[in-house]
Amino acid sequence: MIEFDRVTVSYPDASSPVLRNVTFTVEEGELALVVGRTGVGKSTLLGAVNGLVPHFTGGTLAGRVVIDGRETRTHKPRDLADVVGVVGQDPLAGFVTDTVEEELAYAMEQLAIPADVMRKRVEETLDLLGIAELRDRPLHELSGGQQQRVAIGSVLTAHPRILVLDEPTSALDPTAAEEVLAAVTRLVHDLGVTVLLAEHRLERVVQYADRVVEVRRDGTVATGDPAAMLATTAVAPPVVELGRLAGWDPLPLSVRDARRRVDPLRRRLADRPVPLPRRGRATGATGATGAAGAAAAAAAGEVALRARNVVVRYGPVVAVRGVDLDLVHGEVVALMGRNGSGKSSLLWALQGAGPRQTGLVQVGGTDPKSLPPAKARGLVGLVPQTPSDLLYLDAVGQELAQADREAGQAREAGQAREAGQAQELAAQPGDTLMTARELLDRLAPGIPDGAHPRDLSEGQRLSLVLAVQLSAAPRVVLLDEPTRGLDYAGKRSLVGIVDQLAAEGRSVVISTHDVEFVAAAADRVVVMAAGDVVADGPTPDVVVASPAFAPQTAKILAPLEYLTVDQVRTAVRTAAGEG
Amino acid sequence: MAWWLWAIGLAIAASTTTNPILLLLIMAVLGIVVANRRSEAPWARAFKYYVYLALAVIAIRVVFRSIFGGDVDAQTVHVLFTLPHIPLPSWLAGVQLGGPVTLEGTLSALYDGLRLATLLCCIGAANALANPKRALRVLPGALYELGVAVVVALSVAPQLVESAQRVRQARKLRGDAGGKFHALRSIAVPVLEDALDRSVRLAAAMDSRGYGRTGTATHRSRRLTGVLMLTGMCGLCLGAYGLLDGSGAASLGFPALLVGGVLAGAGLLLGSRRVRRTQYRPDPWRLPEWVTVLAGVVPAAVLVGVVGTTVAALNPSTQPLVWPSLPVVPALAILVAAIPAVAAPPPLRPRRPKRTVSA
Repeated sequence: MIEFDRVTVSYPDASSPVLRNVTFTVEEGELALVVGRTGVGKSTLLGAVNGLVPHFTGGTLAGRVVIDGRETRTHKPRDLADVVGVVGQDPLAGFVTDTVEEELAYAMEQLAIPADVMRKRVEETLDLLGIAELRDRPLHELSGGQQQRVAIGSVLTAHPRILVLDEPTSALDPTAAEEVLAAVTRLVHDLGVTVLLAEHRLERVVQYADRVVEVRRDGTVATGDPAAMLATTAVAPPVVELGRLAGWDPLPLSVRDARRRVDPLRRRLADRPVPLPRRGRATGATGATGAAGAAAAAAAGEVALRARNVVVRYGPVVAVRGVDLDLVHGEVVALMGRNGSGKSSLLWALQGAGPRQTGLVQVGGTDPKSLPPAKARGLVGLVPQTPSDLLYLDAVGQELAQADREAGQAREAGQAREAGQAQELAAQPGDTLMTARELLDRLAPGIPDGAHPRDLSEGQRLSLVLAVQLSAAPRVVLLDEPTRGLDYAGKRSLVGIVDQLAAEGRSVVISTHDVEFVAAAADRVVVMAAGDVVADGPTPDVVVASPAFAPQTAKILAPLEYLTVDQVRTAVRTAAGEG
Repeated sequence: MAWWLWAIGLAIAASTTTNPILLLLIMAVLGIVVANRRSEAPWARAFKYYVYLALAVIAIRVVFRSIFGGDVDAQTVHVLFTLPHIPLPSWLAGVQLGGPVTLEGTLSALYDGLRLATLLCCIGAANALANPKRALRVLPGALYELGVAVVVALSVAPQLVESAQRVRQARKLRGDAGGKFHALRSIAVPVLEDALDRSVRLAAAMDSRGYGRTGTATHRSRRLTGVLMLTGMCGLCLGAYGLLDGSGAASLGFPALLVGGVLAGAGLLLGSRRVRRTQYRPDPWRLPEWVTVLAGVVPAAVLVGVVGTTVAALNPSTQPLVWPSLPVVPALAILVAAIPAVAAPPPLRPRRPKRTVSA
């Protein structure tokens, strides 16, 4: 169905090709999962399937890509529209019309399908994806999961034999992601559609895959059976890591498979104390140097930010209704909840840059909203959902220099606070004088001054913006969905960064949908729903109890309270040491 | 489509007259119909901005006329006030800066501005009443590239506003260091980069969903279509100018219009023959649509018809100053255009579940 024959793709200004000598086939009716580190060319591979690469993106493609007997060299994307349906990462960016029904019909109109057939297929697709009640809603009013399903439906109506999905669930909360994946698997099983899917959060999809296509760092590609491939891939979901650790063969790919094998391991771990989820906590302040570490330890336990009865309204819509929140120095808090439950609004209100109708926010006795923006960021730093909004210069070096200039103003606010509360001075870590460059080198070493911010990977760009924000030395750091687009290694280094920030005595709040990341990074979880805080407590208590939020390790090892594979690894290692 | 024909009819009617009473009447009709028959979609709110634009046009016209005054007829002038006169070098003879501002001059500028403003409002009304994207659907396949550009522009423009707001808020997070230029740059760069990204992605999405499949078109027929369309459009423009200008080129205007129309029509026909496309649930064309179109055609026909007979009533003189009279027949014809406010089908309002809380 999909045939790549010695395909090499290179772009004019890149030193090495993105894809190198790629040869593989995907048979009809298979669900093939494309895995690989961020930025290795997964999107290029997917784009090559319907000819967007190179017809639309430029660059040169050597070799042959044959789709259902048609070669992309001679067929443009629009000529393949009846065979291949493509859904991108951001469904809203690909919508051409205004309402759900028109969007579903669009591709068929272009293919000149008779009106009565169109009408029938639109109705069928509405039912198939469970979006019948949305039929005349405007597209921009739908939730993320609904938009993604409409986007899939809009290509399905053309009855393509191949569906190409580029990270269909990366922006969705766990429940919405389930909806989309359920729809996709139904297509594979019931209609025999061939699906090629790229995804970062493998734990969600790996159990459905018939074949894994791994794109490696050097641009080469390996394919094979999922269980065999995942034994060695650079990226792996927790269930696979646990399998590798326990030496299970063949590797289990779903929680269900793993639970059938877990008994011996569980018995071995049963009577041992559960290691603390975060290593940083267990050994004290690992990241900071001696004096600063001691200071941070002294500061831990003190309230860094106090919020009372915070209300945020947009016109008639109440986004945050009366939230109370205390953040303690050296604590990492995860903020979870559905898309649109008020997480971002709360973060912006805490920083002072967003609207806040009533309520009280205090950082060291000052309300950040009462200060000019340049000074408020010295108290609370926020990294927004699209970090690149903050970047506007041509080179990393310029951004860093600009950040140092801006930081000068912001620090005045911090120093004023120190002078007012002399006893708290001891709690200030020695990092207030670090330049943005030093911060960036600690977060993500090896980013040259001359690089353009747009050319960085997601993770590097996040680190750059974080360094810019940290240069103002805020005591409270808020991160709005930082895990979007990060692969497992990227998330692991983000966990390291967050640990380090907490060890310096800062208090960190992270809003995210990623339960595995929360299990590894957070001390405390706050769950929001419809603007209210519905749960607030230590990570193990909140996360294990909830079916939607429980990480895979917890599901496999229940009733033992293990959250991450790292915990299991530590426990197994100490057991081996003793035995 | 019906709304566009209706608006074009009113626009033609407006272009034949400078009588302020008639022009204001047309504007009132537009306002009534828009208020009654527009939907809740984002594009429907655009009418307001067209009205602002129209007001700005009138203001600019009057101010310019005041500054560059000029035509002072000694016997009948009513001088309102006098601006300081600035003598200009002799090679700029004919252009006058400052000097007396006359009632006559100001009024004629006002009438002219009003006519232009009414035309703008006609376009605005059509935009508010009909979904521009639906109107684009009738665009023939020959204009593929144009179609992509317009759809992308229509979709990206509102998103541009949204991302500008987002970036402006995000700027607060970095503090507002630096001057005006700096501020402009720090907003414009991320917003424009974002818009460019989105446009490319939208165009790619359209393409991969089969927009503009060439079918069996050969390179030659493609080029022929282009040439036909281009010359046809030139002919149409020339012809329209000749007819509306009225200062002698009318003999040339009508044939040019005819030839242009035929050429453009042929181009469209040729172009749409090579693209096969169907339409999902096409907008029905029934009695209300006919009524709407007729309501637009009537004022256009009547006003163009009476141009020859009663020029004075349609273009009230400002030298000497005359109180504009109300010609009865054209006024009635314009009132006919208000019929769609009740006759046209009310816009479909989407069944909307209770709004969920959004962040």
